Amino acid sequence: MSTVRLTIRQIKYENKAFWRNPAAVFFTFIFPLVFLVIFNVLFGSDPLELPEGVTHLSTFYVPGIAALSVVSASYTNVAMRISFSRDQGVLKRIKGSPLPSVSFVIARIVHSTGISMLLVLIVVSAGILVYNVDPPTNTIPALIVTLLVGSAAFSALGFAITVIVPNVDAAPAVVNASILPVLFISDVFIPMQSAPSWLTIFAQIFPVYHFSAALQAGFNPFETGLGFELDHLLVMGIWLLVGIIVTVRFFSWEPRR
Amino acid sequence: MTDFAIRVKGLSKSYGQQTVVNDITFDVRRGEVFALLGPNGAGKTTTVEILEGHRKRDKGNVEVLGYDPINAEKQFREQIGIVLQGTGVEPQLKVGETVEMFRGYYPDPFPLEEVLDVVGLTSERNKLVRQLSGGQQRRLDVGVALAGNPQLLFLDEPTTGFDPSARRDAWDMISNLRLMGRTVVLTTHYMDEAEHLADHIALMSKGSILSYGTVAEIIARQSGTVLGFKLEDAKTVLPKNFSDAATIKGNKVTMRTNAPIPLLYNLTSWALDNDQNLDDLRVEKPTLEDVYLDIVRSSTEKDAKL
Ligand SMILES: Nc1ncnc2c1ncn2[C@@H]1O[C@H](COP(=O)(O)OP(=O)(O)O)[C@@H](O)[C@H]1O
Ligand SMILES: [Mg+2]
Repeated sequence: MSTVRLTIRQIKYENKAFWRNPAAVFFTFIFPLVFLVIFNVLFGSDPLELPEGVTHLSTFYVPGIAALSVVSASYTNVAMRISFSRDQGVLKRIKGSPLPSVSFVIARIVHSTGISMLLVLIVVSAGILVYNVDPPTNTIPALIVTLLVGSAAFSALGFAITVIVPNVDAAPAVVNASILPVLFISDVFIPMQSAPSWLTIFAQIFPVYHFSAALQAGFNPFETGLGFELDHLLVMGIWLLVGIIVTVRFFSWEPRR
Repeated sequence: MTDFAIRVKGLSKSYGQQTVVNDITFDVRRGEVFALLGPNGAGKTTTVEILEGHRKRDKGNVEVLGYDPINAEKQFREQIGIVLQGTGVEPQLKVGETVEMFRGYYPDPFPLEEVLDVVGLTSERNKLVRQLSGGQQRRLDVGVALAGNPQLLFLDEPTTGFDPSARRDAWDMISNLRLMGRTVVLTTHYMDEAEHLADHIALMSKGSILSYGTVAEIIARQSGTVLGFKLEDAKTVLPKNFSDAATIKGNKVTMRTNAPIPLLYNLTSWALDNDQNLDDLRVEKPTLEDVYLDIVRSSTEKDAKL
């Protein structure tokens, strides 16, 4: 079988295994919805009069929640599952089979990208239906591209971070310590208007800021163009490459002893 | 096609200061069952993982099915099956799905039903992997290794932790593979397993192969005679010149000697003087067990001196 067909087949098995764990599925999907409800309780979804026109406040926090969903479904989820599979010897098993390594890696990235997209679709739909989010229109292609590049980059980085995860017991600590601070300084939860400029500049090194900014642009109801944010996409693309290169170069199929 | 599935020459591997595999040489013929027999820490797993391409060697030549395993990828992997210590499969897939998934990686796989039948998991086909017992998971491991219809199978301690009947089943399965013309390399620390299954055995300890051949050849190579007997009371103290030569396990004593007549003379006179019965007294060529225990003993003695 060709590498492409093997990869597609592998995605199917990844998907089967994913849906088999009801608790994991439930919490993966409920997580962003919980955030949506909390933000609505905190900030409401009232109409908002801006110089450009009228929109609703919810339109501004839904992109942040979408960014959070993608980061947790791609980065966190990939890193945790890989660490677990590695400790269980599942990865070594695969490595000893003729399945090309690239098929296995791509299959996991594609699968978590798909789950991320589904999550965003659910959050945005719930936002539109329940919380008056203004649906994007002309920016839909740009949004899809942003979500695809972002999910792929965070999935690849999820693989890459396992390089410094020695075993599954250390995984939650390493994964959280590497992503939560970045989320906090990247304008996802907390508005950064009052932050010192060095911190904002520092945050711009990492992909979360750019992902969040590109999503904000995509959900901007007053955007009249296509809404492609090339500079943000470029930084995300670079991080995607970094994730792939680190994975190819340093990835370990066995836990460290 | 050569007659050999595996050729190993001068293979060495160290971790830091510790030499784990020390200049070993052996061949495995096509269609035979070959056993690496040795105590824990002998270097068996390291050796087979080098043959599988899982680890890099430091020195030596290794040829497996004509490939150098460290460079070989797809075509090589399509012809081998691997059961390692401590590997697993995705816990959230069903038994049948797991075997099916692996079958798809190979050009000419075994039929699914046959794989399940060989490893005795036909009725577990629709169970999730995580619901299997330990023994069943181990059998699934073997099933996964068989799925691709491999020419050559590596089984690292395939029966460790099995109860006697599961072990018998595993033995039957391995014998069947041999009948089907497959080459099997297994590691074990059970000498009865090696003796029962293997055409050729390499006795390994402390990274070196101390003896290689059929069971008969290994024994014939050992010089000397074995004297064995049972003490009525395990606490009985043997005279010093006996206890130096003896291996004592509970109340079982075995002695190796190149001069059996004086030893027997001294032993029986000591027994007469001390009212010892010397139950089950035997004087014979060493068995594989004797040879194996000798090797384990001499390597632990070396440890004690260090
Ligand atoms: N990755 C490793 N790093 C360091 N030491 C190792 C490693 N793998 C094995 N060893 C050491 O090598 C020796 C032989 O191990 P192994 O090949 O597993 O023996 P066996 O399979 O015969 O029990 C042991 O002392 C073990 O601790
Ligand atoms: Mg071992």
